[in-house]
Amino acid sequence: MLPPELIAEAVANGLLAGAAYALVALGLTLVYGVLHIVNFAHGALLTVAMFAAWGMHAFLGVEPYAAIVPLAVAFMALGYGLQRWVIGPASHGDDGNTLLVTLGLSILLENAMLALFRSDTRSLGTEAGFDVVEIGPMLLSRPRLIGFAVSLATAALLWAVLAMTDTGKAIRAVAKEKLGAQLSGIDPRHIYAVTFGLGCACLAVAACLLLPTFYVNPRVGNAFVLVAFTIVVLGGMGSIPGALVGGLIVGVVESLGGLLMGESLGQLGIFVIFILVLLLRPTGLFGARA
Amino acid sequence: MNPREVWPGLALLAVVAAMPLVASNAVLNFLLSSLVVALAAQGWNILGGYAGQLSFGHAAFFGTGAYATAILQTRYGVNAWAGLAAGIALGALVGWAIGLLAFRARLRGSYFALVTLAFAEVLRILANAADVTGGAAGLLVRLAPGAGNLQFASRAGFLWLLTGAVAAVLLLTAWIAHRRLGARLVAVRENEDAARALGVDVLRVKLSAIALSGAITAAAGCLYVQNFLYLDATIAYGTWISVEVLIACVLGGAGTVLGPVVGALALHGVGELAKIALGHVAGPVPGVDLVVFGALLILAVAFLPRGVMGGLRRALRGAGR
Repeated sequence: MLPPELIAEAVANGLLAGAAYALVALGLTLVYGVLHIVNFAHGALLTVAMFAAWGMHAFLGVEPYAAIVPLAVAFMALGYGLQRWVIGPASHGDDGNTLLVTLGLSILLENAMLALFRSDTRSLGTEAGFDVVEIGPMLLSRPRLIGFAVSLATAALLWAVLAMTDTGKAIRAVAKEKLGAQLSGIDPRHIYAVTFGLGCACLAVAACLLLPTFYVNPRVGNAFVLVAFTIVVLGGMGSIPGALVGGLIVGVVESLGGLLMGESLGQLGIFVIFILVLLLRPTGLFGARA
Repeated sequence: MNPREVWPGLALLAVVAAMPLVASNAVLNFLLSSLVVALAAQGWNILGGYAGQLSFGHAAFFGTGAYATAILQTRYGVNAWAGLAAGIALGALVGWAIGLLAFRARLRGSYFALVTLAFAEVLRILANAADVTGGAAGLLVRLAPGAGNLQFASRAGFLWLLTGAVAAVLLLTAWIAHRRLGARLVAVRENEDAARALGVDVLRVKLSAIALSGAITAAAGCLYVQNFLYLDATIAYGTWISVEVLIACVLGGAGTVLGPVVGALALHGVGELAKIALGHVAGPVPGVDLVVFGALLILAVAFLPRGVMGGLRRALRGAGR
């Protein structure tokens, strides 16, 4: 049996990693809840966001935490444009087509990053990534603690936007009853694009939080995207609390799995959860019946 | 069988089969890799095109066929043709098993796409960790040219074998399309609930589709190994093949007899041209062909419903008027 401190530390680290996963999953679940599509380009867009955050630091000298707001705004605009002028028109209102278009987008973006930056792995190259904080018997990474706090704050902000603003109300209206919303004077194309933009903004925030402790390469998004899908499915497609709880659960499972069975089989655990949830309870923990 | 669907395809394949008489080795290599993808895409077309179940994980079948052939030969000394038969059977079995799990849980649309992708990834991780597959180092099949070993000293021999396989599946697809099964597949694609209400056993139809689809794509995996004689988990179960067969079908025309073949040739053709064109300007750049693949997928969905074949049909109809 492993000593309890080791397990406690693995759980704590899992929770910290899980918060970052949750933020990535938040964007995915939001888009699913409103547009009813699985955005396959989510991982590739995360890669783009991480390269953007890396570029801000490498070329402009902007620290990742200072880049959160400008990048979130930029990705909000990028997401809005993508949905409004590329994904929306190209799919002619058919869900299968949307799936294919986002897949095409993901292949295109990922390999464009590969062509531009080659398969080299980059990092911030600063010491800040290795800062640790001592809490009781555990040593925890400072950037991950900051990431945890900011992730939760972002989720709260997103919830507030959805609950309290007119745009948020319109988003919820379109998600529930598109035709009714349209009859009330809401343009669903605009709301779809805003939602997609919010999803991309979540990615930009996640990218800035991940950068201090993760390497960046053109395939980094892939590592997150299937994890994010698992979280979204586990928490219930379209559910924001589900994404948060699912993210934390998956983070802990991966961390404990890695501790007990080694890295690559820990990853296997995630896929197995994913398949089992899909097969046995496709509505997830918090999802309504489809 | 509608001869108008079959003759253009057989004519195209006859031209491909005649290429060794005139073309260079580079062109033949291009045709070989395109035909492997075409054959795998013909498998995808049965499930994704006719039955309308979009799979993002056909690598699960391609890899299973490839590994079955390679492992039986290298570990157990089984003849390659028997390996091919075993690979096809296993591909059908894996398809049926994944189908049974996924379709019984009533997964469709995005959910089905996701679960197929996850199955392929699980198989990739397992193949990379297991001993029997050679792990990360991969498997080498011993070079032993001879038709009895399903290996050919010249590219032409292999090209003819592949062309024959693609032609056989072309005829099979055209035959099925006009049988009861074909009509049921399309009925399930167009409206599952209506099909069920009319007495179609939806689960059985979908299972037939995924088993047949898995068998054909597994055959492509077997022939891939026999051509390249090397296999690892990333080749066998990697996302590249899942993505290429899907794009080939959508580009050529999903749910048409000739679509996957035209799509695979067009896709690889444009990809090679992009590599050559950019290579002249900037030297070799990794990923350029895949950027083009992604763009082609988006453009095909946006502007070419039913793909190149649908576009051709509309153009011909327009010209006939």
